[in-house]
Order: sequence, then structure tokens, then C-alpha cells
Amino acid sequence: MFLARVVGTVVATRKDPGLEGTKLLVIQPLRPDRTPGGKPLVAVDSVGAGAGEDVFYVRGREAALPFLPAEVPTDAAIVGIVDHWTTG
Amino acid sequence: MVIARVVGSVVSTQKNGKLEGAKLLLAQPVDLDGQDRGPAVVAIDAVDAGVGDRVLLVLDGKAAMMALDRGLAGVDAAIVGVVDSVDIPPEPARS
Repeated sequence: MFLARVVGTVVATRKDPGLEGTKLLVIQPLRPDRTPGGKPLVAVDSVGAGAGEDVFYVRGREAALPFLPAEVPTDAAIVGIVDHWTTG
Repeated sequence: MVIARVVGSVVSTQKNGKLEGAKLLLAQPVDLDGQDRGPAVVAIDAVDAGVGDRVLLVLDGKAAMMALDRGLAGVDAAIVGVVDSVDIPPEPARS
């Protein structure tokens, strides 16, 4: 899992039936020092996250698991909102 | 998922049986500012997208198989949505 900040939302009326009713968020991966690291991506939200919040997300085939038994065709899912983190 | 632009369609007569009848599009991943990002990919189209559309592209086998909905299949990319809009609000001042 990786840290990211929610930076925006995506609206897509025409989508795979498995994505109906999901919330699509644009997230910017973060380095441990809170600076942006890597390119933004779109993730399906499973925890009620919103713009400006720091979250952690899962990539790959496991990204569909939070939504079981629904089959949500996604490769990225937000699975937690971060209250805070520390390093060092 | 990443945002991509559909830049073409791919026609293949001789292909794996699981892909019979599946529509294949060429999708170019783009950054939020619209700049190309890496190589274009051949993707299963699950939403009847067309050239010029801005779309949601999954780059994972499991997700692509769910979009194709034919069980196990040799696919690793699928278009799962047509993007109406992307809203990036200005970053609020953080204390």
C-alpha cells in the first residue's frame, strides 16, 4: 500500500456496470516527506475519502477486493484515510 | 486507473478465442495536463468508447478480465469508463 493525497474527482457517466455507484478520485502519490512522488492516478474510493485528505491505497489485482462480493474492475483502490504519519 | 485518450482502433482477425468479438482500442495514457505519458496500450473496450474520447484505463489483468467478463483470459488492459470531467480544486492552504 502507498500514501497519496486526494487531489480531485472524476465524473464518468458511461462506465462499466461494475463501477456504477463508485466514487472515482484523482490521487497524487506522496513520498514519506509529503512531497509528490510519481504520477497522479485514478482510484476507486472504499472509505469515504475526499479532496485534500491523505489516504493509503492498494494497487493491482487486490484493488478489487475491498468491494467484494461486487466485481469492481479497478487496479487502484483507496482503503484508508490517514490521520497522520511520522518518519524517522 | 489512469486517464487515457483513445487514439485508434485495433483490428485482429486471428486472435485468442477468449478475445473473439472483443473490441480493441489503442489508448494513450495522459497526464492531468493532457501530455502523453508512456507508451500507448492495446485495451479491451468495455464501454463503447471511440477515437478522441478521454477514458479510464485499467492496467491490471484481474480488472481487465472483469471488464471483459469471460473468466480467465489473456488480457491486461481495459477501458472501463468515458470521462465526462475531471475536477482538481486548488490546493487549500495547509497549516
